[in-house]
Amino acid sequence: MKKALALILMLVMVLSLAACGSSAAPAASSSSGTAAAAPETIKIGFVFPMSGTGAMAGRYSTHGADVLKEELGGVITVNGVDHPVEFIYADNEGSEEKTTNVYQKLIEEEGVIAIVGPDASKCALAAGPIAQNAGCPNVATFATNTAVTEVGNYIFRACFIDPFQGAVAAAYCEEQGYKTACIMFNNADAYSVGLKDAFIESFDGEVLGIEEYSGSDVKDYNVQLTKLAAQNPEVLLLPNLNVELGLQIQQARTAGLTCPIVCGDSADTPDVAKVAGAASDGVAYVSAFSAESTAPAAKAFVDAYVALYPDELPNSNAELTYEATKMVVWAIQNAATLDRDGVRDAIESIDGLELPSGSMTMVAETRNPSKGAVIMQYDAEGVTHYVATVNP
Amino acid sequence: MATILQYLVYGLQLGSVYALLALGYTMVYGIVGMINTAHGDFLMIGALGTFFIAKLFENFHVDGTYPMLIVGLIILIAMVITGGIAVGVEAIAYRPLRNKPRMIALITAVGVSMFLENFPRALPFIGPNPRPFPTLFINRTFRVLGASITSTQVIMIVLAALTMVALDRFVAKTKIGGQMRAVSMDKDAANLMGINVNKVISITFFIGGALAAVSGICYASAYPQVEVYMGSWLGNMSFVAAVLGGIGDIRGAMLGGFILGIAQIFATAINSTFGYAVGFIILIIILLVKPAGIMGKLTIEKV
Amino acid sequence: MKKCLLLLKKFGPLLGSILFYALIMFLRREKILNGYYMQVLMFAGVNVMMTVSLNLVNGFTGQFCIGHAGFMSLGAYGSAVITTLLFKGTEFAAAAPIAVFLLGLLCGGIAAALVGVLIGVPSLKLKGDYLAIVTLAFGEIVRALLRLIQPIGGARGMIGIPNYANFGWIMFFVVLTLWLVRNLIYSPFGRAFIAIRDNEIAADAMGINTTRYKILSFCIAAFIAGVAGGLYAHVLSFIQPDSFSFTKSSDFLVYLYAGGSGSLTGSVIGAVLLTILPEMLRFLADWRLVLYALILVCVMLYRSEGLCGGKEVPFLRIKRESLYQEPLFGRRRASSEHEEGGQA
Repeated sequence: MKKALALILMLVMVLSLAACGSSAAPAASSSSGTAAAAPETIKIGFVFPMSGTGAMAGRYSTHGADVLKEELGGVITVNGVDHPVEFIYADNEGSEEKTTNVYQKLIEEEGVIAIVGPDASKCALAAGPIAQNAGCPNVATFATNTAVTEVGNYIFRACFIDPFQGAVAAAYCEEQGYKTACIMFNNADAYSVGLKDAFIESFDGEVLGIEEYSGSDVKDYNVQLTKLAAQNPEVLLLPNLNVELGLQIQQARTAGLTCPIVCGDSADTPDVAKVAGAASDGVAYVSAFSAESTAPAAKAFVDAYVALYPDELPNSNAELTYEATKMVVWAIQNAATLDRDGVRDAIESIDGLELPSGSMTMVAETRNPSKGAVIMQYDAEGVTHYVATVNP
Repeated sequence: MATILQYLVYGLQLGSVYALLALGYTMVYGIVGMINTAHGDFLMIGALGTFFIAKLFENFHVDGTYPMLIVGLIILIAMVITGGIAVGVEAIAYRPLRNKPRMIALITAVGVSMFLENFPRALPFIGPNPRPFPTLFINRTFRVLGASITSTQVIMIVLAALTMVALDRFVAKTKIGGQMRAVSMDKDAANLMGINVNKVISITFFIGGALAAVSGICYASAYPQVEVYMGSWLGNMSFVAAVLGGIGDIRGAMLGGFILGIAQIFATAINSTFGYAVGFIILIIILLVKPAGIMGKLTIEKV
Repeated sequence: MKKCLLLLKKFGPLLGSILFYALIMFLRREKILNGYYMQVLMFAGVNVMMTVSLNLVNGFTGQFCIGHAGFMSLGAYGSAVITTLLFKGTEFAAAAPIAVFLLGLLCGGIAAALVGVLIGVPSLKLKGDYLAIVTLAFGEIVRALLRLIQPIGGARGMIGIPNYANFGWIMFFVVLTLWLVRNLIYSPFGRAFIAIRDNEIAADAMGINTTRYKILSFCIAAFIAGVAGGLYAHVLSFIQPDSFSFTKSSDFLVYLYAGGSGSLTGSVIGAVLLTILPEMLRFLADWRLVLYALILVCVMLYRSEGLCGGKEVPFLRIKRESLYQEPLFGRRRASSEHEEGGQA
């Protein structure tokens, strides 16, 4: 008897809860209806690794976004109406699973109009379908893997793609007269694999040896590098993540690889040179942006950045986040309708937007920007110097 | 030949880190009977602590390194701090659970490990960023039979070997060592014989923490990058090393550490993924042949 | 009336879970629960399955498995191979996605179960911590092997797994798992598991084939973990060998022991609470995992038997009388009602 009573009570409770739910729902929808009249707060979501091994990149990214936040002063003006704007930073810990969680949270709970980030290709690939299915425009900052924007028409990016980056690295090597190359890459990372493939495809010289390793668990690359040193190449390509690069450069020198080293754009973090120490002398890398650039947009950005964070110079993480956010903000200002679809269409239509790295045009078919790259080089003190610009 | 020698040097270098860490693992296990998964994080604390202590001594910095005396002082301070933290962790988190099932202590250790990793990460002046580790040992490269050996590698391997011998003698010869052996055999009986069990366990944790700090300094000297998550993977590997050699046995831990390091390097030469798995494969094979590890003694279960 | 009550008792839990499902779906439709909450709930469901299956090995059979994510990864990859590599884009998949999905889950479960038998074999020889380390090694070896196999993406993992699993499926499998494991525990098999846990030598002496039951326990747990892994793959639609590392295994251990080992209620509560807790603590940013760790340590210190250690809610428990009405091993006992609380 007790059981039956308990069951009935539970039923009543569930039903009453359901009733509460249904009565609350219309109220909620009406409140959002009225809010449209007053200037609505525009929320932009940001997804970065603020903890975990990629945290350094996340910090730069946040700072880059902060520069634009300062610039906007908390409002975006759309058709003469000042909308308060809110930047929501979310931490994806550099993990795919967490990225999908964070995307759901930003899209469904916070109701952001667009998402900026993430920076790792693997995270962008994992979470892209969520943004696509929800119809939320997403501008990836640093995800250079080709497949990222192939997820769907809501996914854009602010950086160049791996094939281009690989081609730039290959072109630079050829220009320097290197005939033979060796590669050590991280086979667990889409970025690293993509860059390696692109380099091999466009490099005219001979690739003498390729070594691989998995993930960032193992910090010992001595064996692979010793094997490559035996090949005696003219150049060593390290298309790997920034947390690994410093040690790799240092170990390559100890293992007897004296040849020049070329890296991907992830080498653009001061930590790489700090960890590698004197070994970083002469290490060249492909980058989206040079802080030494003299273009007015670039100078303005660097000045604003240094004003906000006097202790550091912006790197490509900061700059690409700034650009991605700028693209979103421009799209919000120029959208036909102030909703996710309107913003998406506007991002697609970007043509000749003046950004710190130069004039940017969105290629509508691939949703990749058409923009150039620069080659940078570390000196013995770990300071980066501009070497050359390469345009597609 | 030169390549093989070179790999052997790399293997010994990695092995000495594992061995030093496994020593602490095995001592704690032998005496308290718990798997302290937070042990790897003591390595991180040791390395991170050294980073900050070295900063304090910045005035003595000459030619990119420090005078020998200062280096010794830095290492000593780091060892004492890490050992102290290990003792504190034991007193707060493990002692109340001493008579509970082992798995409970293991879960607590997982929680402690999470805390030790994330607490410094959340502190603004430490944060999650990897930092370059200061050069403590003079870095010179020698050529021996075609293989290049750095002075750091030599220091690491010698330090590990010396520590093992010292610890082995300490446990075998001193009064405290005898008490440790007594506690590891039977806690209650040891207590009845007038041994202060709590004190002995605290000393064990202190030694384990101090050794972890030394291995952290060695590791960070060879791979000069410190960050808050560096210990978890090394901790797992050294646990494997400890079990491989026979957990609870000091010489076994040393042996296991070096076997693991060398096997890993040679397997990596074949395939990098295989290099990662080889330690675990050896472990399973050895445990199937000798269920208590290489040096371990099998205890007979009493009814 | 009595018959009606009996029926209610029998189908009450089922009714309850259907009602719960209806409630969640209703809240979802009314937009009170958004996609983010749904995803967290789905992960919680998968974690419940994993924890319950781990409970079978660790909590009820008394073995130490600390590499449970290995089984999960086998299930995830096994099912993803079926649904993604074999059937994706085929007409059959378009016509009967559910059939493909279920086939995938089944294959994932079987793959994990077969390996579960394999890992059960060393457990005959090894005890306690040594078994624990072997299961840890097993999990890591599986991870390394998955990294090597290129057709399934190698270390980069598989993307584009169809999004078949929804909340309904997860709920269905969670209820099914709980129902199965509960009945298993209170069957002769389960009593044998518990006997092994409480005293293996005594159990052996009583004529229980401990070897067989230990392997069986691993096998069933691995199957459930495999199915859970399959669901996980089809929720996330992305899997990678590194997602199933020791960290993941230790997550399940934490859910199990914080909830209370040897209690199904504890597994459910532990998994659900501890999946939701880190998400709820998100506002703390950097301090989130610090607080989570502190809460965990405090729970273990002040309630070391776990939140629900030794307790069960009524519908996951069978009354002792009814247990002893049926014979445990062999013939029916003469005076069953006087032997309550027999020594294990």
